[in-house]
Amino acid sequence: MNTTTQIPENMELVYQYPDSMTKTYTHYCPGCVHGIVHRLVGEVLDELDLREKSIGVAPVGCSVLIYNYFNVDFVEAAHGRAPAMATGLKRTNPDKFIFTYQGDGDLAAIGTAEIIHAANRGELISTVFINNAIYGMTGGQMAPTTLPGMKTTSSPGGRDCKIAGYPIKMSEILAQTEGAAYITREAGTDIRSIRKLKKAIKRAFLTQIEGLGFSCVEVLANCPTNWNMDPWESMLWSKEQMTPYFPLGTYKMREEVKALKV
Amino acid sequence: MKHEETIFSGFGGQGALFAGQLLAYTGMAENLYVTWIPSYGPEMRGGTAHCTVIVSAEEIGAPIVQRPSAAVVLNLPSMEKYEPLIKSGGYLVVNESLIDIKSEREDIHVLYLPASDIATELGNPKMANMVLLGAFVTATGLVSLETIAAQLTAHLSGRQQQWLEPNKQALQRGAELVSA
Amino acid sequence: MTKELLKGNVAFAEAAVRNGLQAYFGYPITPQSEALEHFSGRMIELDRVFLQAESEVAAINMVYGAASSGVRVMTSTSGPGLALMAEGLSYIAGSEIPVVVVNMMRGGPGLGNIQPSQADYNFMTKSAGHGNFHPLVLAPANIQEIIDMVGLAFELAEKYRTLVMIAGDGSIGQMMEAAELPPMQEISTARPAWAVTGAVGRAPNLITSLYLGAEKLEKVNIRLQQKLATIEENEIRWQEYETEDAELLLVAYGTVGRICISVLRAARQQGLKVGLLRPQTLWPFPTARINELAAQMQGVLVAEMSAGQMLVDVEHAVAGKTPVRFYGRMGGVIPMSAEILEAVKQVQEEVS
Repeated sequence: MNTTTQIPENMELVYQYPDSMTKTYTHYCPGCVHGIVHRLVGEVLDELDLREKSIGVAPVGCSVLIYNYFNVDFVEAAHGRAPAMATGLKRTNPDKFIFTYQGDGDLAAIGTAEIIHAANRGELISTVFINNAIYGMTGGQMAPTTLPGMKTTSSPGGRDCKIAGYPIKMSEILAQTEGAAYITREAGTDIRSIRKLKKAIKRAFLTQIEGLGFSCVEVLANCPTNWNMDPWESMLWSKEQMTPYFPLGTYKMREEVKALKV
Repeated sequence: MKHEETIFSGFGGQGALFAGQLLAYTGMAENLYVTWIPSYGPEMRGGTAHCTVIVSAEEIGAPIVQRPSAAVVLNLPSMEKYEPLIKSGGYLVVNESLIDIKSEREDIHVLYLPASDIATELGNPKMANMVLLGAFVTATGLVSLETIAAQLTAHLSGRQQQWLEPNKQALQRGAELVSA
Repeated sequence: MTKELLKGNVAFAEAAVRNGLQAYFGYPITPQSEALEHFSGRMIELDRVFLQAESEVAAINMVYGAASSGVRVMTSTSGPGLALMAEGLSYIAGSEIPVVVVNMMRGGPGLGNIQPSQADYNFMTKSAGHGNFHPLVLAPANIQEIIDMVGLAFELAEKYRTLVMIAGDGSIGQMMEAAELPPMQEISTARPAWAVTGAVGRAPNLITSLYLGAEKLEKVNIRLQQKLATIEENEIRWQEYETEDAELLLVAYGTVGRICISVLRAARQQGLKVGLLRPQTLWPFPTARINELAAQMQGVLVAEMSAGQMLVDVEHAVAGKTPVRFYGRMGGVIPMSAEILEAVKQVQEEVS
């Protein structure tokens, strides 16, 4: 890590902004996991020395303004189209590092076709997929990943799967595609998971750098605001309610990906 | 002034579109203006296929015409469709091997040729289009037979090259039938 | 260079390749699939980017991504595909990046058919997506012109950082004519300063159409409108035929424009003083010139393969100076020159 801060002799540097991030406040709600995952992405970009090679693709959703927090080139995609834009970027800039950062509405509803085909083509891009089971930005409507019975502003009586269908399991689906090299579902709601999540992000990014195929890290997240919970409660709820339906684990890892040193 | 608007029409696979293209290539080689426009879409799959070829000494406006100055018809439906449309003084070239009706029009030139029979005799019934084309250009004097033969050499696709000489003979036979 | 007999779809595709196209993304749709097929062979052979996308939605967003990095990129489609691309077209316009899109119009609405049509005129010139913008729309009438317009389209797209569309139709896509292709141009490796290429030794670049805050977005809109006004000032193109002494003006573009050349010849032979104005840009539109010509005309006849879409622009241009009449065919029917000639005679009778 490139350190520009002068550290007094009697002090030790324990925390600083990654170079790949900008020194600013985010617009995220207190207790939201987005901030944690941004930080992990920034750290991994620094550790792999990717900042100057990176072009990020922003989604539509809560993280629509992600480009304000990263010190790298960015494009802002239409809702769900980030994998298509990333494809256009990667095909014409094979030496660059291209990543998308998408939420569940973006990736699992409106952009289902784009993510599945990008994965199936083995597109050399990396996707960070934040699954918090709700549409945050638009005010708490039902998401494709909203749990059965879960109340949202567009499922006020709780999600009725007979009407709205079932929460969609994207990692399981993406793992079925030949082109996917690394598909994993992690959590961002406790320290142990967060450490593991960082490793997964690093493995995903290395998968692209080594040209091994498509990689995606799904993150089970939270939404204190739209779940009407305090941050702590929301972390617990994510862990207790979401994990049984969306089991954590690696759904696909090619041998070459397994061999990567993370 | 040279100006001929010709419709080539037949079943898909009879080579109406190719005969038209060959005429267009030939017109271009003789420094004339040319357009070639096909019918396209589902009707190409086994149904009738037709194209309009305009060869002209002046720049071409409309690439399709309501009433062509000539029609080369390879099958009966094409005969029935285009025979009434030909402009007065125009040409109708008929594959009489497959078309057993006659035109009753007296204001057009009608050429009947047993094109499919001749083509079969030369080794492949698919060359009926060349018999008719040879007859058509000879009767109208639109382009020369030599240029067509040269364009045939240039544009017959790889696997069809084995049929180059028979195709040339087909052109020749058609030409001979109308000049005789 | 010598002339070759070229099919419209192949001609514009090869012209794009020779103009240094770096990437093509598309989805098959009749009547332009020969273009996609041509790209699939040539681009790969030249070690450039070709990708058949999963939909037109994906294709235009791949184009959007590639164009964001400053490479020369295009797609081609037909009406139903263009409808799916409308989302991307608006984002591209909002982000002000150069993109070229060819639309070979077919019969609609809906699945319609695959025969030639000009019924996407309003779609392309007036509402190619949500928000305030116009693509610059070029309208070729023959194979040489579509070849030349591909080069022009890239030039204008990059000059103004704007979306340029080429409005062809099934007939231009499918027909063959003798034409000359441009020489092979080297691919440019230079990337514009605004492009996303990795933030090396500079602040990060951002390609976006998102501007939160009404006043901020209004400013962006005002700037966009100013740019469009500059395009209107500089880029209007049209061709005139025998307008000097004309008393009746035909206005038609693309395939109908060339058909009207035949109409004009026949009309002149019959002693009718007919002229033709053929717009080569549909947006911006040759409004001022039509207005000027209207003063000398006893009437104007607009011919289109639509229900009368350009008609409204011509009426606006004529501004009541002389009667404006319309002849149109729809659903994929190409009007014959004899039919348009009849319409010319009717207008002549009516006004004299």
